[in-house]
Amino acid sequence: MTAFLEMANVSKVFSAGIIRRQHTVAVDDVTMTIDEQSPSILAVAGESGSGKTTLARLLLGVIPPSSGEVIYRGQPVDDLSREQRRTYLREIQPIFQDPFESYNPFYKVDHVLTVPAQKFQLAATKQETTRLIHEALDMVGLQPAETLGRFPHQLSGGQRQRVMVARAMLLRPRLIVADEPVSMVDASLRATILESIRRMKQELGISVVYITHDLTTAYQIADNILVMYKGSVVEAGSVEQVIRDPKHPYTQLLVSSIPQPDPSLPWGAEGEIAGDPESMEVAATGCKFVDRCPAAFEPCAGQRPLLFHEHLSRAAACFQYDKSPALEGQNLDVVFEPQLTSQAAGGSEGPAAN
Amino acid sequence: MKAVDGVSFDLRPGERLGLVGESGSGKSTMALALMRLHKPPARIAGGKVLLDGVGDVMKLDDDGLRRIRLDRLALVPQGAMNSLNPVMRIRDQLADGIRTHKPGDSRDDLAERIQAQLARVGLDAEVGGKFPHELSGGMKQRVAIAIGTSLSPSVIIADEPTSALDVVVQRQVMETLRSVQEELGAAVLIVGHDMGLMAQIADRMGVMYAGKLVELAPVHDLFTNPQHPYTRLLIESVPTLMAKRALASIPGAPPTLINVPPGCPFHPRCPSAFEPCDSEVPLPTAQNGRVVSCHLYPGEAA
Repeated sequence: MTAFLEMANVSKVFSAGIIRRQHTVAVDDVTMTIDEQSPSILAVAGESGSGKTTLARLLLGVIPPSSGEVIYRGQPVDDLSREQRRTYLREIQPIFQDPFESYNPFYKVDHVLTVPAQKFQLAATKQETTRLIHEALDMVGLQPAETLGRFPHQLSGGQRQRVMVARAMLLRPRLIVADEPVSMVDASLRATILESIRRMKQELGISVVYITHDLTTAYQIADNILVMYKGSVVEAGSVEQVIRDPKHPYTQLLVSSIPQPDPSLPWGAEGEIAGDPESMEVAATGCKFVDRCPAAFEPCAGQRPLLFHEHLSRAAACFQYDKSPALEGQNLDVVFEPQLTSQAAGGSEGPAAN
Repeated sequence: MKAVDGVSFDLRPGERLGLVGESGSGKSTMALALMRLHKPPARIAGGKVLLDGVGDVMKLDDDGLRRIRLDRLALVPQGAMNSLNPVMRIRDQLADGIRTHKPGDSRDDLAERIQAQLARVGLDAEVGGKFPHELSGGMKQRVAIAIGTSLSPSVIIADEPTSALDVVVQRQVMETLRSVQEELGAAVLIVGHDMGLMAQIADRMGVMYAGKLVELAPVHDLFTNPQHPYTRLLIESVPTLMAKRALASIPGAPPTLINVPPGCPFHPRCPSAFEPCDSEVPLPTAQNGRVVSCHLYPGEAA
């Protein structure tokens, strides 16, 4: 058995400046597998500048990694033949944040549905294409009669985003990478879109990588989560573990900062260190969060913490948990929930070892 | 079309009043109209805004209006990135408003005031010498608060002050706004769409739908015992970290303001709609310190 999509020690470094060259590590050594047999929704959470969108672009093959490899069905994405790359591009579909920018305003919305259907030769006849398009629109709760034949500006933001979900679904992908799909949609419509993403997993067996800054929706729809801070994975595991009982001080800060719709609940964490995360420099050595961490102690400034396997379905990159073993090969698969059963049977090498 | 239709409320000294609604509900239009900052073709067809010691803001002439803006009534705009002048240092942008209202101040007084103002919102003095592009989103929003409150206004209108910020920064900026407001004893009107944020920051809260204020209540009462069906559904549709459940949404879509349904504007989407709802506009009724506009609650007219 070969894994569907793997990231093996993937890093991405952006460099800028000519005289004083600056390097920004947008994604720092991520290893994980997206499995085909057990579809799941993985949330990638973090603030702006955490590297979550870069991670999405690496999965989509839009940018190459600086080191490490993205492996599609056992083969590095760089080495895919033309034919294989075509399948790869069909099997992994993106949904972007802004439902305005994804459309060409001169074409009717049908365009975004018919063109991919033709390009990837999904159907032999026109009737068949139309049937597939209607099916996809039904799936996201849109009436084909009220949607097709219109121009993008005639639809609401929520409708436009749902057409984008339908477009992704139409291609029968194995993985959907959704980058902040609901952050620009009104609150009352968010639920509908998230619900159709959840149905993709349940009814069509499509895995989803859900990139978001919103831990609440992540908790609601995802099975597993990976929390990033300045390019590094700080905590990963099942959403129940990571969000309900966060262990890394950064995750704790994030969770406690979410304003809960209940005036009697507190807002904010104790012992927080003031500081503007957006303008803070990252130390060259040591934990990237050390300057803001209320729990920092002496090893934190000296070296980068590994991901420690603190709980069956969670790992945290924090020295408070260094009594637990480090994750083998820093591979996140072990802590993600659906893989747990095969993990227990297959030993530490995981299901990919075949 | 009416973007805001017959809304009445009072804002008490030192209180934080939240105003929520979906996009197109008229909440921002209302906030801008309070300061008469609406742009043509929008006009104010009627109504009064009474400000303590000033009278009706709607009746002021241009000069009178200029004098109370910033000094008495201040705005912290949405998306500070777009409200700051990109080619002016922060210090000069702060000085601009102060100088206009206090032309007699000496240079030293002005410099001191700017320092104090930056410190008040938690920024270092050196930020004054920077340009907006050198600051992070959270810092820019703090600058916007510093400018808005530079003359110690009695009313601060904050229009979605943190909508583009990450959660941690959002909370920090909100806490700054709260501390400045408490220090000044000013009243704040916070306009937004995030129910969670309102629950944490507001004392009282108003809910707008299709240009009308459908419910106004102390924040605790509103969340524990919402009266208007729209308020109830709005609260239920907010995902929380408490329990995993099917994500709820309000059936249907908000009306466009060009085509507001007759009677109660919410009746086509309302699970409790009954016979008078599609024909009679519900009037606001007052009960136990709250105001509701819904036929389910026939009470005394507010």
